[in-house]
Amino acid sequence: MSLALRPSFPDYESVSKHNNFNPYSDNGGSVVAIAGDDFVVVGADTRLSAGFSIYTREQSKLFPLSANTVLGCSGCWCDTLTLTRILKSRMQMYQQEHNKTMSTTACAQMLSIILYYKRFFPYYISNMLVGLDDEGKGCVYSYDPVGHCERRTFRASGSAGALLQPLLDNQIGKKNMLNAKEEPVSKEAALSILKDVFISAAERDIYTGDSILINIITKDGTTEETFQLRRD
Amino acid sequence: MSSVLCPEIPSPGFSFENCHRNAMLEAKGLAMPKAQKTGTTIVGIIYKDGVILGADTRATEDTTVADKNCEKIHYLAPNMYCCGAGTAADTEMTTQMVASQLELHRLYTNRVARVATAKQILKQYLFRYQGYIGAALVLGGVDSTGPHLYSIHPHGSTDKLPYCTMGSGSLAAIAVFESRWKENMDEAEGIQLVRDAIAAGIFNDLGSGSNVDVCIIRKGSVDYKRTYDEANKKGEKQNSYKYAKGTTAVLTTKVVDIEEVAVRSIDLERMDTA
Amino acid sequence: MSILAYNGGAMVAMKGENCVSIAADRRFGIQAQTLATNFEKIFEMGPHLYVGLPGLATDTQTVMEKLRFRKNLYELKENRPMAPKVFSAMLSHMLYEKRFGPFFVEPVVAGLEPKTYEPFICNMDLIGCINQPKDFVVGGTASAQLYGMCEALWEPNLGPDELFETTSQALINAFDRDAISGWGATVYIIEKDKITIKNLKTRMD
Repeated sequence: MSLALRPSFPDYESVSKHNNFNPYSDNGGSVVAIAGDDFVVVGADTRLSAGFSIYTREQSKLFPLSANTVLGCSGCWCDTLTLTRILKSRMQMYQQEHNKTMSTTACAQMLSIILYYKRFFPYYISNMLVGLDDEGKGCVYSYDPVGHCERRTFRASGSAGALLQPLLDNQIGKKNMLNAKEEPVSKEAALSILKDVFISAAERDIYTGDSILINIITKDGTTEETFQLRRD
Repeated sequence: MSSVLCPEIPSPGFSFENCHRNAMLEAKGLAMPKAQKTGTTIVGIIYKDGVILGADTRATEDTTVADKNCEKIHYLAPNMYCCGAGTAADTEMTTQMVASQLELHRLYTNRVARVATAKQILKQYLFRYQGYIGAALVLGGVDSTGPHLYSIHPHGSTDKLPYCTMGSGSLAAIAVFESRWKENMDEAEGIQLVRDAIAAGIFNDLGSGSNVDVCIIRKGSVDYKRTYDEANKKGEKQNSYKYAKGTTAVLTTKVVDIEEVAVRSIDLERMDTA
Repeated sequence: MSILAYNGGAMVAMKGENCVSIAADRRFGIQAQTLATNFEKIFEMGPHLYVGLPGLATDTQTVMEKLRFRKNLYELKENRPMAPKVFSAMLSHMLYEKRFGPFFVEPVVAGLEPKTYEPFICNMDLIGCINQPKDFVVGGTASAQLYGMCEALWEPNLGPDELFETTSQALINAFDRDAISGWGATVYIIEKDKITIKNLKTRMD
């Protein structure tokens, strides 16, 4: 009997079935960081959400790594949890091996490498690492999910990154203004602009809201501040 | 033959003349853009003297808020209003069209149109378009047979209920109704319940937000309370961002003067009917 | 990529004290390639009425021609200029007629109402859902950036000069963060007795 004559029984056909597996979720959130000459401020909203629902209104997305280094994360929350756990243990290993705390610049390099190690199954996070460098100047490192790292003086990322960044360019970078001269931003100015950009973002981005948690890092250590946003 | 001076009478209804081109563009890999949606919480209840409708006021385009204070309770007839969720343009245009049909119906029959009539017009229209007109509606009104409340789904099915919710925040809102709705509520209690249901949607559903609109329909009177409650105040800005004159670099400037056209307005004269 | 982002473009309109502004970038491109830097997206539809049509460039022009035709017929019949409110309703219905095969434009209308000279702004989605806020409207591929800028910069009762600076700064800084819009900008300030049209100096990259 030839094969062609065999009747077809769909149940017995062995076609390979491809099931799509999507391991990532987008839990929203935005992070903004502004660096000055002797300080750095970083703020993140505290809403954790998925789809059209809110998981919690008070989730800190800022992770202190050392006395003068803080990591801000937005994106896939489960990846954030894993990444920060790994970072924490690496910080501890460094401390115990070298008997000193890792510097912000070294942290920045390490994070880049950890992210690139998962080049083909990345942590789906936009990271922002802030702190004081070896000279005590404020620094902001921003990353893409696979470890590209860039040092800047100000940066916005996360779900409302596109809404926030142009205002920072304008008000802190003094872009597109004829009569403005570029000068280092003061801590008070940085804080008020940071709050204002979040107020704007909370109006228009559905994933940004509830409140912001701000960390202010100076040579004397880190201080925390919160600020209320819309809750709808 | 048609010409500019004597154009052909356009055929009524939808025009499909771009469909071929758009399908071609889509086949080339260009994604179809999304229309504005009202990720919404809309509700309605029947109380002692009539119907109360409620809605939030946020319209979204994907994850950004397109309109912070839009009107989702649409006028249908003097005794009927209709909340809309889904594709914003569809709810707006569908209710406008039905409103004009009901007005003609009222003039023709010389009677107050019944809510069931509006429901039937809406469901037959939506069924005809097989759900492609993405309008999910909560229709409420009072007629000679009493208060009525319907929920109408995009495919044309309808429910007649004493309380109902629709839109992305419908679960949050129905939870409030299920726990607190009862028959023969008085007006103050009813309004408070509707406000709380909408507020539940505003705070717990990301697609809903801003203010609460409420519309109370009694026999012979309507009370449309636009912005009944401002659920969220906009944050107080720390700085003012006014720029000094001459901040922006200008290449060329052209000023076009508009001469004032003398307009003589003529008072309305009564038609001579003697 | 969306069809609306095929040619790129950014647009904004704002209300001020007895004046309105409407502004757009000047780029015409095909995806990432810039072809021209003098493309007009804002059109005069009356002495106090302007319409901006960001989106697919071919539809920008087609819709503009259709609008001009209908507006001219209206003016011939009625012997009076078209009010912004009337114009927007006409445009909205024109777009909704093509609900199932739309034109890929997201119009922005700005103007002053005849007689009262009340400021009027509105925008629509591509199937004609009108949005009429009290402050500002945006459109085009840099709309997220524009929302962020305008939300912070706009305040009530801006005079014509202040409105110009606010509109320009909002637009320039927004499209500098959008790869497919920019390359110069035009701002129209509409007042009762005059229209001021300014071309702005911006980054050309």
